[in-house]
Amino acid sequence: MIALKTFKKGGVHPEENKISANSPIQKLAFPKQVVVPLGQNLGTPSKPLVKRGDEVKTGQLIAKGESFISANLHSPFTGKVLKIDDAIDSSGYRRPAIFIDVEEDEKWEEGIDTSETIIRDIKADKQTIIDKIKECGIVGLGGATFPTHVKLMIPDGRKAEYLIINGVECEPYLTSDHRLMLEKGEQLLIGIKILMKALAVERAIIGIENNKTDAINHLTELAKQYAGIDIQPLKVKYPQGGEKQLIKATVNREVPSGKLPIEVGCVVCNVGTAVAVYEAVQKNKPLIERVVTVTGKAVKKPSNFLVRIGTPVQMLIDAAEGLPENTGKIINGGPMMGKAITSLEVPVVKGSSGILLMKNEESKRGVPQTCIRCSKCTLACPMGLEPFLLAKLAKLSLHERAEKEKIMDCIECGSCQFTCPSNLPLLDFLRLGKNKVGQLIRSRK
Amino acid sequence: MNEVLMYALMTLVLLGTVSAVILYFVAQKFKVVEDPKIDLVDEVLPKANCGGCGFPGCRSFAEVLVKSANEKHSLEGLNCPVGGNNVMKEAAAILGLEVEEQEPLIAVIRCNGSKANSPAKVNYDGPSTCAFAHNLYAGEGGCQFGCLGLGDCVASCDFDAIHMNPETGLPEVNDKCVACGACVKACPRGIIELRPKGKKDRRIFVSCINQDKGGIAKKNCEVACIGCSKCFKVCPFEAITMNNNLAYIDPIKCKLCRKCVEVCPTNSIHEINFPVRKKKPETEEEIVETNKTMAVTHDTKQDSNIESQS
Repeated sequence: MIALKTFKKGGVHPEENKISANSPIQKLAFPKQVVVPLGQNLGTPSKPLVKRGDEVKTGQLIAKGESFISANLHSPFTGKVLKIDDAIDSSGYRRPAIFIDVEEDEKWEEGIDTSETIIRDIKADKQTIIDKIKECGIVGLGGATFPTHVKLMIPDGRKAEYLIINGVECEPYLTSDHRLMLEKGEQLLIGIKILMKALAVERAIIGIENNKTDAINHLTELAKQYAGIDIQPLKVKYPQGGEKQLIKATVNREVPSGKLPIEVGCVVCNVGTAVAVYEAVQKNKPLIERVVTVTGKAVKKPSNFLVRIGTPVQMLIDAAEGLPENTGKIINGGPMMGKAITSLEVPVVKGSSGILLMKNEESKRGVPQTCIRCSKCTLACPMGLEPFLLAKLAKLSLHERAEKEKIMDCIECGSCQFTCPSNLPLLDFLRLGKNKVGQLIRSRK
Repeated sequence: MNEVLMYALMTLVLLGTVSAVILYFVAQKFKVVEDPKIDLVDEVLPKANCGGCGFPGCRSFAEVLVKSANEKHSLEGLNCPVGGNNVMKEAAAILGLEVEEQEPLIAVIRCNGSKANSPAKVNYDGPSTCAFAHNLYAGEGGCQFGCLGLGDCVASCDFDAIHMNPETGLPEVNDKCVACGACVKACPRGIIELRPKGKKDRRIFVSCINQDKGGIAKKNCEVACIGCSKCFKVCPFEAITMNNNLAYIDPIKCKLCRKCVEVCPTNSIHEINFPVRKKKPETEEEIVETNKTMAVTHDTKQDSNIESQS
């Protein structure tokens, strides 16, 4: 038995509630019309290549990422471009998107292998892999949606030693990565091999929390045939899925403040991303679908769906047998970091990992009281920050001071707010402060 | 015993003298020559320290005034909105200059998306600050330009001039407003604008900043500007400009003729402090037709007034 590792600083242990863990990934029916937002990745939004009235095939490139940190976008369905207009995103703001009228009989773009056969032989060389990943619009599917090809381009003078694969899924309720590891284990391992080749690293470590023993056993069995890939079971602790926490837990290295993981010779990718990389490189299939968990205590049929990008959230909820009556909040993502959505018309995007339906009584916030200086938030912060102080500074608009106190190191995990006995909205103010300090830093350039 | 007393006294006297001499030279060396006018000007300023003039506090504004008078011999571009013309005249008199009369300004709220006009589609239960809510979501009514109603402007006001109306969920400005501009800066959506108070306090402005296309704007709010350009066409003074599906009335060009208020199909143009309109003689059939609905509401209002009076 391998000893369970974890990160040292802070962390909390919320109720796991992985109620959809045993429901296999199902394919979802096609919607009639989809909305594909142009800004699905971190960085600059993609630039549309199609215009109104164009016929598009499934997998056809419809928007191109032009700047350095940007990603390509492909049509998730066969159909006709209805218009390019603003559509509401999960926050209710209107952002540019491509509207597509879906046709029932599907035509795939040429050159895409849609068969189920697993191709184990990796023919592509390093540069081809990176180009392919860029072409297929792969972004980090853990939620941050950072373009993967940028991550694979190691800056001069640095060398990657480890590829760390994030199979932690520390957010309560969510099970999409868990199901993916169980059902697409082989594809995942080939994807990891491809990423290893692109990075020229010898070792890859898959970090999986100990509450997913079936996935750990399954992958350990499969990994015997793949040299250099280790499975590392980890102690259950939130936010272990954070990039910096995972590096600390698996290889015991600490990423310096304000630096990227490559500084300590690590590159971190999500399991979903690795599977997408497999499909892109081996099957030439662009990123047009992802696994989304639909869950919640009152949901009749908590499920995991393989969903095409652009499908409205309403359809996912219908497929999980409808909206429970006393739903108080619909959250895009998990309960710790996710944000409530304002409308069911919102489409699934590359970064959506789950839709959580919270009961009315669960979703209510406690009444905020004064800070009693108990320091629980400081102890819970996995980045070693002082959330009570940073929240106060953000509230008082003392942005320079907040910057000195390293507010930009905050990973917005919400451990502080979770642990606060006074129900203070710490994370909310930290997000506000981060936003303001970010503006301040950008204005200096 | 006497000797001890004498030595002590002598030492003290010596110490005192030496220190006095040192202090004298130090004072000469580090003398701060301050224009006495600064004190005089500072005296007449309102001491609100609101920053409405653009400088941190009244004292530094006094310094800037004196400096400007000494160097440029004019006070152009400098104004104390709190004190208004009287204070500026007094300050100018001290400096031996004259100032141009500035039209007093007042803050106007360019959103009428009250709870009735823009019903809530979602409920917000986060911290009550507009700055955060603005980053988080579009707003309860769904309008991404409209007032969030959490009162950052109220908190920013030092003059008790802006308050939330609990019925509409919108802030309201009262006569105490001195146009210091604190609320303008506090509003994350830029809804509040400083506009000239106008003759007899009469003002006309577009009470909406929604730049969405008409249909979308109207879907979220009954009284949104839908960018139909009717006001733009009817304005005889070219005071109205259309930009991004939104009308804007230039307060300097506007002659308060109220034609735009009549044609606006969504009632998003507001007139303030005007007398009640007389019933219109039906000469221009076109305008009357487009305004039929409005005319009806006016009539019913008047009727109800009469009823309540009787």
